[in-house]
Amino acid sequence: MSHLSLTDADREAMLAAVGVASVEELFRDIPEGVRFGRDLDIDPALSEPEIVAHLTELAERNVDTGKELSFLGGGIYDHYVPAVVDAVLARGEFLTAYTPYQPEMSQGVLQAIFEYQTAICELTGMDVSNASGYDGTTVAADACFVAKHATGRSKVVLCETVHPQVRQVVKTYAPGFGLEVVEVAHDGGVTDPDELGKASADAACVIFQQPNFFGCLEPAPDLASAANEAGALPVAHVDLVSLGVLEPPGAYGCALAIGEGQGAGNFQSYGGPHYGFLAARSDLVRRMPGRIVGETTDLEGERGYVLTLQTREQHIRREKATSNITTNQTLLALAGLVHLSWLGPQGLREQGETCMALGEYAKERLGLPLVFPDRTTFKEFAVHVGRSATDVIRDARAQGVHPGYALGRDYPGLDDAVLVAVTEKRTPEDIDRLAEVLGEVAR
Amino acid sequence: MKLIYEKSKAGRRAGSLPRYDLPNVEVPEDLRRTAAPRLPEISEPELVRHFTALADRNFGVDTGFYPLGSCTMKHNPRVNERVVNLPGFRDLHPYQEEDGAQGALELMWRLQEILAEVCGLHAVSLQPAAGSQGELTGLMLMRAYFADRGEADERRVVITADTAHGTNPASVAMAGYELQKVETDDRGNLDLDDLRAKVDGRTAGLMLTNPSTLGLFDEHITEVSEIFHDAGALLYYDGANLNAVCGISRPGDMGFDIVHINLHKTFSQPHGGGGPGGGPIAVRDMLEPFLPVPAVVRDGDAFRLDHDRPKSIGKVRGFGGPFGVFVRSYAYIRAYGPALREMSEAAVLNANYLLARLKDVYDLPFDRLCMHEFVLSASNLKREHGVTALDVAKRLMDHGFHPPTIYFPLIVPEALMIEPTETEAKETLDEFVEAMRAIAAEAATDPQTIKDAPHRRPVRRLDEVKAAKRAVVKFGFEEHPDLAPVKSEAGGEAIEAAKGA
Amino acid sequence: MAAEESYPEELRYHAEHDWARVDGDEATLGITWFAQNALGDIVHFEAPEQGIAIANGESYGEVESVKAVSDVIAPLSGEIVEVNAKVIEEPETINEDPYGNGWLVRVRLSDPGELDDLLDAAAYRKLLESL
Repeated sequence: MSHLSLTDADREAMLAAVGVASVEELFRDIPEGVRFGRDLDIDPALSEPEIVAHLTELAERNVDTGKELSFLGGGIYDHYVPAVVDAVLARGEFLTAYTPYQPEMSQGVLQAIFEYQTAICELTGMDVSNASGYDGTTVAADACFVAKHATGRSKVVLCETVHPQVRQVVKTYAPGFGLEVVEVAHDGGVTDPDELGKASADAACVIFQQPNFFGCLEPAPDLASAANEAGALPVAHVDLVSLGVLEPPGAYGCALAIGEGQGAGNFQSYGGPHYGFLAARSDLVRRMPGRIVGETTDLEGERGYVLTLQTREQHIRREKATSNITTNQTLLALAGLVHLSWLGPQGLREQGETCMALGEYAKERLGLPLVFPDRTTFKEFAVHVGRSATDVIRDARAQGVHPGYALGRDYPGLDDAVLVAVTEKRTPEDIDRLAEVLGEVAR
Repeated sequence: MKLIYEKSKAGRRAGSLPRYDLPNVEVPEDLRRTAAPRLPEISEPELVRHFTALADRNFGVDTGFYPLGSCTMKHNPRVNERVVNLPGFRDLHPYQEEDGAQGALELMWRLQEILAEVCGLHAVSLQPAAGSQGELTGLMLMRAYFADRGEADERRVVITADTAHGTNPASVAMAGYELQKVETDDRGNLDLDDLRAKVDGRTAGLMLTNPSTLGLFDEHITEVSEIFHDAGALLYYDGANLNAVCGISRPGDMGFDIVHINLHKTFSQPHGGGGPGGGPIAVRDMLEPFLPVPAVVRDGDAFRLDHDRPKSIGKVRGFGGPFGVFVRSYAYIRAYGPALREMSEAAVLNANYLLARLKDVYDLPFDRLCMHEFVLSASNLKREHGVTALDVAKRLMDHGFHPPTIYFPLIVPEALMIEPTETEAKETLDEFVEAMRAIAAEAATDPQTIKDAPHRRPVRRLDEVKAAKRAVVKFGFEEHPDLAPVKSEAGGEAIEAAKGA
Repeated sequence: MAAEESYPEELRYHAEHDWARVDGDEATLGITWFAQNALGDIVHFEAPEQGIAIANGESYGEVESVKAVSDVIAPLSGEIVEVNAKVIEEPETINEDPYGNGWLVRVRLSDPGELDDLLDAAAYRKLLESL
């Protein structure tokens, strides 16, 4: 067994040192009644080349974005991940390290997280970021937990234009938190600030998404004001890729900025692992869930980094912790940092501009009725395809093109709508091809 | 070492993306970004050097022995990295239609089957993102189960051991349950008398790790399970220590009804500096209807996502869970096959060997054979020489080892929790023993050197008090001088507050 | 720099390691030498707001070190009339001078009779020996 380093001679010497005759004896404290008396009934062992062959066979039966021209989005995007990300993540000192509880052994990870925290604060305009949450859905539940304890209120308001899975996860967590969840319906693809204000009267927080699930730009500053006026914490669920061109939540009065980081530095990977980000106003720092890295000095006055404010966390505060989170998504957040550093501020702005320009080109070339005309969109938009969206998707895929996500799965009355995502990896020629195929299969 | 922001220079750029001759779309003025974010402006060569320098300042399992108790820092096989990067996995969108994701769905289904067999239970959800999320999910399942039986109002209490990992009480609180603690007896088992006094019709369940965080298998686990089941309560198994018993004893057979598994501990998902992980849960059949949605099911030769689960608790994480983690764990388990018990046998042998060779130099709170980990105490060193577990940990760094877990479990003062894992060579274990014995001897002759350790890391002992009192959590750019800007050729600013602790 | 171990005679003590200095119908409250020593270097005092009522035996705030957080238990009931700004700014004062500059809050007592339930210095010392 190549993973094991013990030889038979080693085992003999070790058993003698322990003072037992066999490995079996080491398990003598396990009561007879709970001993497992047979071999595990699982698939047979494979050698390394057989593992590669088997997994390759499984992988080839998936239609990935290399095999199909894809316009799928909906929170996970086919953005370009630069080669430097692969190179950095392959370093064993990052890949195989544990959480940096022993800071003198972990200055690499700690400094990288500090740099990541800085990047998230810069992009979102907030004062403090944590070291990552699980994904873009669970950070919304985290934000509700923060808001409940900060305001003492027990209701949270979600806009209907927030990602359906984000809303579903918040609703799953809510009973345990003692929270009531209220949704505000969209109005022509965005949220009406007055409607939001009315619903937020006794809310702990309001969560809106920018750009929203339909790809539309919400009147975010007005939504934040409506929440603030009602005494609810405004929480903006944002796309890092958009923050080179869109005003950040910190600039328009939000208390928390959260989101799914995948588009900045991670491959799609059938949904994970990715990283959720959560950043807050400075007055909320002691309520923040997750790890936070801080700067300090050592015995000789040299600068260094440590986990700080750990008394918020489960390993100290236990049942009064701000969250139970322990393992987070550090490696994926590190990928995000590398990616954002690779882009730089100009690169991020240009990427955003390119996505918007390609999106506009796609709207014109497709010539299909927009579900929400006259809305500015970022990198996704919804079109009517004239008949069942799932049928259109099936027929388009038969020609090697995946036109996007069937919105009817999550929004009643939109069974003929497809959400088309256009990233900088799609070319004008790709869009022409999409237009050609939809021209045939849509009505 | 400089921060990447301190290496930033206006006009430099590592990245390049395609540009097209298309008209720019204007963002409405009130939504338009005005001030550019201060991301680093850096070239690719400088970027690579920066992260290489950071990696050089970090210690992973690849670097050396990493005996953190309850973390299972085993070797991460590299073939797993190759397969997780296959385009069919890496570039697969989670909203891809089911017929376009059959390979992924089959992998998930097979992993579910394997985990059910390892646990001795019936149904599995791979959705939770980490062990503590698995715990929370398990508690939500408990609540849904009792609500379905009309017992939700009575069953308000979850019992945990006093040796429990901190996530257990935190999860109990997040799930809206009340917490009760049960004591550990002199042998390191749950105190059955204390337990019987505390379990009644108000009890929803037990959360327990077995073997415990003391590395000891509870000899009365059958009685424990009867006490709870007789009261109509459920048992939850924290799988953090599963590495000790795979193929040897199954949580389902011990009486547990819900189990979470840490894929990043037992099944070799690399720890990544803090994550990602995976926390799938396995349950007894009566709990299956409540599992998160969608479920991955087999339908003849095909694999599907089943959203039709009316009793499901809902969704705890996006999509089906951290798929890349499943790929690695599945590949890892396939390397062992049914002989998975060899992993646990070697883990337990390595731990007992270290215990046998160290118990005469450090205090031993429980004199039993251990499982995959054990707890010693540095109380003797503290009493006689003023050297604490923290000091021992810092001095081990100078010997080239990552320290073990310290100050946990809470019931052992000056605790050192040591888990070697099965992948370590005997020579490494012998070197670790020599280092631990040397430190114990040094405590008598030169305690100050230990208290000033580490001496051989990129930094000396760091001031965590200062970091907590005045939390500096991001780079200040021009606005706030940092605590001690790096002394560089350019001549950093002198900050009076920087020197000394 | 932490203080020397001491338990002043003129104070009254609660079993959860808090002290009270009574002055007419008001009292000054804090944590004992034992408590600050167990916590280690204190980095934060999460204080109650002025004007709120606190109850004997219940938590009115939290004291945090790097490695632990502890509820501060009120030995007497009353209304908060002042919070010590100095320990908010410089929490290490609690370690340096737990009975003097390291006081936490001043209260107007609502039930001075509760004083009889508190321990004197000798009784508190005895309690510590049994721990």
